[in-house]
Amino acid sequence: MADTLAIDDRAPGSGADAEPPPAKQREVLLSVADVALSFGGVKAIQGVSFDIRKGEIRAIIGPNGAGKTSMLNCINGFYHPQEGTITFKGETRRRMRPYEAAKQGIGRTFQNVALFKGMSTLDNIMAGRTLKMNRNFFWHLLRHGPAMEEEKRHRRKVEEIIDFLDIQAIRRTPVGKLPYGLQKRVELGRALAMEPELLLLDEPMAGMNLEEKEDMSRFIVDVNDQLGTTIALIEHDMGVVMDLSDRVVVLDHGVLIADGTPAEVQANQNVIDAYLGVAH
Amino acid sequence: MDLLIQTVWEGLVAGVLYALIALGFVLIFKASSVFNFAQGIMVVFSALTLVGTYEALARNGLTGFPGAMLALVITLGVMYLLAVAIERIVLRPLVNQPDIILFMATFGLTYLLIGIGEAIFGGATKTMITSQLGLPTGSTSFVLPGMGPGGREGFVLIQHLDIAAAVIATVMICALAAFFQYTRVGRALRAVADSHKAALSVGISLNHIWIVVWFTAGIVALVTGIMWGARSDVSFALQIIALKALPVLILGGFTSIPGAIVGGLIIGIGEKMGELYLAPMLLGAMGKGVESWLAYFIALGFLMFRPQGLFGDKIIERI
Repeated sequence: MADTLAIDDRAPGSGADAEPPPAKQREVLLSVADVALSFGGVKAIQGVSFDIRKGEIRAIIGPNGAGKTSMLNCINGFYHPQEGTITFKGETRRRMRPYEAAKQGIGRTFQNVALFKGMSTLDNIMAGRTLKMNRNFFWHLLRHGPAMEEEKRHRRKVEEIIDFLDIQAIRRTPVGKLPYGLQKRVELGRALAMEPELLLLDEPMAGMNLEEKEDMSRFIVDVNDQLGTTIALIEHDMGVVMDLSDRVVVLDHGVLIADGTPAEVQANQNVIDAYLGVAH
Repeated sequence: MDLLIQTVWEGLVAGVLYALIALGFVLIFKASSVFNFAQGIMVVFSALTLVGTYEALARNGLTGFPGAMLALVITLGVMYLLAVAIERIVLRPLVNQPDIILFMATFGLTYLLIGIGEAIFGGATKTMITSQLGLPTGSTSFVLPGMGPGGREGFVLIQHLDIAAAVIATVMICALAAFFQYTRVGRALRAVADSHKAALSVGISLNHIWIVVWFTAGIVALVTGIMWGARSDVSFALQIIALKALPVLILGGFTSIPGAIVGGLIIGIGEKMGELYLAPMLLGAMGKGVESWLAYFIALGFLMFRPQGLFGDKIIERI
């Protein structure tokens, strides 16, 4: 499978022999500093700072309404935080449009699957390559010359992704008809087609059965391992979070209450209180 | 028999033109799920701009074909600017609002365009610059032996303009279908139609796509305006032809380009046939003006038995 996974030319994140350095010592890919976001009187995020380092799997956890999805929405430009800065690949920005974030290499999936329901699996994943295509559309219209070459090249990449996610059988099916678990997989495929440097996954395993969760976990690890993609994921299944992630950020009511390795976070009293509730 | 052929031909031409109008709606509906009430006035506005620009050029000595072509290019420019303005002023501030709000906004747009059109070009009826654009005029009559009443010679009269209209509309429809199906922008358009946030997340710029869509709808409106204008006149009354697109859309489905074509042909031919065969059978007032209500009657039937239209997407969602 390793050679079909050569989706881009980047070096794999880790080899079999060389143990990668611990996440804390790697280069910072994204840093969030003092970000605050509110909707009218509702403070969704209050002064949160953390960083995501190259090649790690970073989990964002917290009880419902903690501001996790809002955080992802700030990172990929759906929301504009009122305060604070977000620095991606050394570039700091206050306001960024979602397509600019996509252009810089941030891909994502959504909590409630957001696919192009009327389109086939293939077209959905091809849509993920929009930014990689640049030929003039008149060429496309003619289906000739350089555009045809390009289309073929992109089709090959898409086929690699389809093989990787093991969804060959549903290539031509309109995604609206697929079961939920497969829709989530197609959505991951579309995000992968962007060849993102940072992949944001919003509850990739919500609503899945154990088997589907195991499959999805394997895909996430493989993407991280073999493509070297940095991943930030929101997940409620603690077993999955503890197994997959290098480091964990814990939010509660829009405030960061813990940040560290899975073991550190698990032992943190604030986290235990937030999850179990505590008498004040 | 000759009467039947004549009727079918006229129905066919009317149908292709209905399809063209419907296509303008489908384009915008697909990309933004907005029913663009302003499509009818865009037809009038573009036709008025074309004729008005030509008149202005003619006053400065540029007449005939070159003048008409220049006017055409200028009109295309105006339609592009209109698309940009609509995106900036109407759509961008209303992003993520419910569809009904955008629908109402297109009402506003309609009256705005009527106002601007009247202010610039006046309310008087204008004549389409048909011959200057190089469109054929005149007609040919074909003799069909043995097809007339009682086995006599039959005649079919075909307007050259109608042939041109049918050909141009067909080419236009094919080009648009190819554009949607095979280009990167076309795929992006379909993606935007399905989910805005997902389209944004893969790096499709909504603003860009909306301009493309509205400009394309503007081009379709211009072609429609030229063709309809050449068959009647260019006046604000022309905008009611947009209402004829409604039964076409119900028949064909709001999201389907082939649907718009087939729907247009069924309505066009149905209307003419109804006038020929149905009208004599109906008594008194019912028989009059069959052409004006038959289309809606057919559409009503479709709504009862196949609400998504012939080709519309029946979106099957798991819940």
